Amino acid sequence: MARALVHMPPAAKAGEVIEIRALISHPMETGYRPGPDGKVLARDIIRRFSCRYNGEQVFSAELHQAISANPYIGFFTVATVSGTLEFSWEGDNGFAQTEKMAITVSAS
Amino acid sequence: MTDIRRRKLLAAGAGAGLAAVTLSVLPSARATPQEMAAAIAKFTGGAAHRPGKVNFDIAQLIDNGNAVPVTISVDSPMTAADHVTAIGIFNERNPSTDIAIFTLGPRAGKAQVSTRIRLATSQRLMAVARLSDGSYWSQAVDVIVTLAACIEGEAP
Repeated sequence: MARALVHMPPAAKAGEVIEIRALISHPMETGYRPGPDGKVLARDIIRRFSCRYNGEQVFSAELHQAISANPYIGFFTVATVSGTLEFSWEGDNGFAQTEKMAITVSAS
Repeated sequence: MTDIRRRKLLAAGAGAGLAAVTLSVLPSARATPQEMAAAIAKFTGGAAHRPGKVNFDIAQLIDNGNAVPVTISVDSPMTAADHVTAIGIFNERNPSTDIAIFTLGPRAGKAQVSTRIRLATSQRLMAVARLSDGSYWSQAVDVIVTLAACIEGEAP
């Protein structure tokens, strides 16, 4: 289980645009780099990131080798109703991880 | 001591020392400007992209190509009728031209994404945004990279 960090405000007003910053520990091995034995290391990257707000997808990303190790993604979303945001990362070698964060939305 | 044995010792001490030996056996790993144009054409489906609306925020002089912070924002009201649907980032001199493709929608509220990327060498980067009306807007930036990422796998 990789360590994942998601920063977002725990509470917001309805209609407010909130910033979400998601970070996960992952080597993002490119598949171009030789290892200590001189053989090229196999590619091992995160291919896809997505964010669901109460089940509805609000943001997703397709990642390639040019994304740095420990991928960081910062994006925005509109706080609509109280609920759960689900963040999922999927990658090579069956890598899959999901993090959940709760948000409380008050009427503006 | 022969040269080969010295190299073996170096490799045992520090894995990076072996890079010089393996350079010759690696395939030429570097994309070209034509390949970037092809990758962008694949993203846009062949449609033309105009410069404008997109703001590609990146340092002009990059000390370390292993983790370069980038922020791409698009001038858009992000309403249901007029919003950004996707943002793609491309490069022309990394081993692979694609960097990332972000999918947004009216729920994003603000058309801005940030991430950290790898850059193999000084080169031109391009961010292309697809709007909900089907038009494509882009911005190109030229950057200078002093310490390259994936240096071990690069051709001499």
